[in-house]
Amino acid sequence: MDPVTQLITAWKIPIGAWGKAFFSFLTTNFEWFFDGIARGFTVVLEGLIGLVLMVPPIIVVVLVALLAWYLQRSVKLAIATAVGLLFIINLGFWKETIETLALVIAAAGVSMAIGVPVGIAAAHRPWLFRILRPILDLMQTMPTFVYLIPVLVLFGLGLAPGLIATVIFAIPAPVRLTHLGITSVPKQLIEAGEAFGATRRQLLWKVELPAALPTIMAGLTQCIMLSLSMVVIAALVGANGLGKPVVRALNSVNIPLGLEAGIAIVVLAIILDRVCRVGERKAS
Amino acid sequence: MTAVEFKNVDIVFGERAAEGIRMLDQGASRAEILEKTGAVLGCAGANLAIKEGEISVLMGLSGSGKSTLLRAVNGLNKVSRGEVLVNEDGKLIDVVTCPPETLRRLRQHRVAMVFQQFALLPWRTVAENVGLGLELAGMPDAEREERVGRQLKLVGLDQWSKKYGHELSGGMQQRVGLARAFATEAPILLMDEPFSALDPLIRTKLQDELLSLQKTLKKTIIFVSHDLEEALKLGNRISILEGGRIVQTGRPEDIVLRPANDYVREFIANVNPLSVLTAYNVMRDARDLEDAGEGWVWLDRRRTTRFKIGPDRKVVAAERDKQQATWVACSQAEKPVEPGTRPVYWASPGTPLRTVMLAMHRAETAPVALFDEGERFVGAIGVRDVLQAVLRRQPD
Repeated sequence: MDPVTQLITAWKIPIGAWGKAFFSFLTTNFEWFFDGIARGFTVVLEGLIGLVLMVPPIIVVVLVALLAWYLQRSVKLAIATAVGLLFIINLGFWKETIETLALVIAAAGVSMAIGVPVGIAAAHRPWLFRILRPILDLMQTMPTFVYLIPVLVLFGLGLAPGLIATVIFAIPAPVRLTHLGITSVPKQLIEAGEAFGATRRQLLWKVELPAALPTIMAGLTQCIMLSLSMVVIAALVGANGLGKPVVRALNSVNIPLGLEAGIAIVVLAIILDRVCRVGERKAS
Repeated sequence: MTAVEFKNVDIVFGERAAEGIRMLDQGASRAEILEKTGAVLGCAGANLAIKEGEISVLMGLSGSGKSTLLRAVNGLNKVSRGEVLVNEDGKLIDVVTCPPETLRRLRQHRVAMVFQQFALLPWRTVAENVGLGLELAGMPDAEREERVGRQLKLVGLDQWSKKYGHELSGGMQQRVGLARAFATEAPILLMDEPFSALDPLIRTKLQDELLSLQKTLKKTIIFVSHDLEEALKLGNRISILEGGRIVQTGRPEDIVLRPANDYVREFIANVNPLSVLTAYNVMRDARDLEDAGEGWVWLDRRRTTRFKIGPDRKVVAAERDKQQATWVACSQAEKPVEPGTRPVYWASPGTPLRTVMLAMHRAETAPVALFDEGERFVGAIGVRDVLQAVLRRQPD
């Protein structure tokens, strides 16, 4: 080994050890907190999933098709949605699909609930965005498996770690797009609000948010699609859903099962993508 | 009564504005301040009082600070130093130092604004846009809708209330902007180049509409423009800005006849003086006319026409070329002169210079006499007076 490399490697920066220390600090001191979150999410989500599964699938299919029509005003899309869902039922993945849908909707909901206010705050405070930007980059570029480990440690196996990992992966989209939407509100619209005596709150609700709405809705769409892309990862930590058969197929080299589950995920992805394009349709 | 007053207003933008102000006091120029501190001098030492009910135009090239000064009135631009006083029910309130709630109250009830690019909220219908100020002030829905309807009728858009801004032409959009400003019933109106984004025909039409609305509404209007024709047409008073400073304030004809410096002179170079000047602006006062003895005065320097003035300043006798003259009103100057007569045209001080010139042309350059409402002789206009005014030369 050359002397320079030797010098550099002589003392290793103990990043891994620091991280471990941090997480064991969290587990020992805040176990009650993380456990509470995990239990809360699991109870609520599993309750909802159970409720939907009690309804005959065909009724759910009709309701989703109606929702698709309501959001997009397209009969074609409503029919395609119904056909897609019936195809999934035919493949025998109905229960898994509902579980995945619940996870995706919950993850997107949590991401939006946190991401939009954070995005607004960052848009109004440039210093906050300067701090946030590297964190958001980290959340999106850090390989998912890496933060899956501490999440597992903190939340245990099951639905909750799947949800948390999904939120970490998906939340940068609403933060970034809300920030973008609010900061690109034309200055003259803000001034029009100010000139007619708007308070800060009025300015946000009556000018900034309506002006940024198309961009924020694009954030929701992205958030949903990113959440869906996490189903297989979520299955790895024990979350039920369409990821489960994929993982099972991978472990047992079961080509037919893998193929069918994969196709079901694709069908679901297409349905979600088309149905959720609310913002983009309004924006154009 | 003063509606708005600027007192020693300095506006400097940038992080190092305080340094910029210090340099300003040491007599540094705008360019020097920018180079040394990066601060932009928007406006310096502005003093201007705007009377209630008048249209005051701020004129200048882009970057002259006219918009900056206007936007200080409702606090859209922060004033670095000085006072901007806005009249609220007889009390002058300094918008620079007043608390935010007061500023908001002024914006909701006293000072409305019309923007150059209209600034309509695109997701709101025309009616919802017009009601914006009322909504922000917390007016109940029923009252608001009633007032919005009235404003839309005023600007002739009542058929369009359910449409969105982008469905309207530029001229209509700015009418919505006007209605939005009128809706708050604020007595002071800030107009930031409201018509410059419109094509010339629509612009002229909206100017005329504004003038006719102003006859009944009698708002105090501060109007920013870079177009001198527009300023001369609309303004009761005009302030010309150069490099952030007011270089001249005066009535339109003052600006045209007595430009304060070369910048103003350059500005008015292409303006047709006939569109601004009246007989009063170019006349020689009766007391300055040359005495012709025995109570007579010469009306012109060439001594072609003379009047005999009675003790009540009424004309007793008039002669042209030593023969008795016949009276003709300037308003009759369109008709040719009857052959064999020697007409002396007369006008009132408010008669447009164009009409006076036509009369002079008919009378073969004979002078035109001016009388007030009491038929008293107030002055005369000779050919040289007209030429001086049109060419903007001072008497040699």
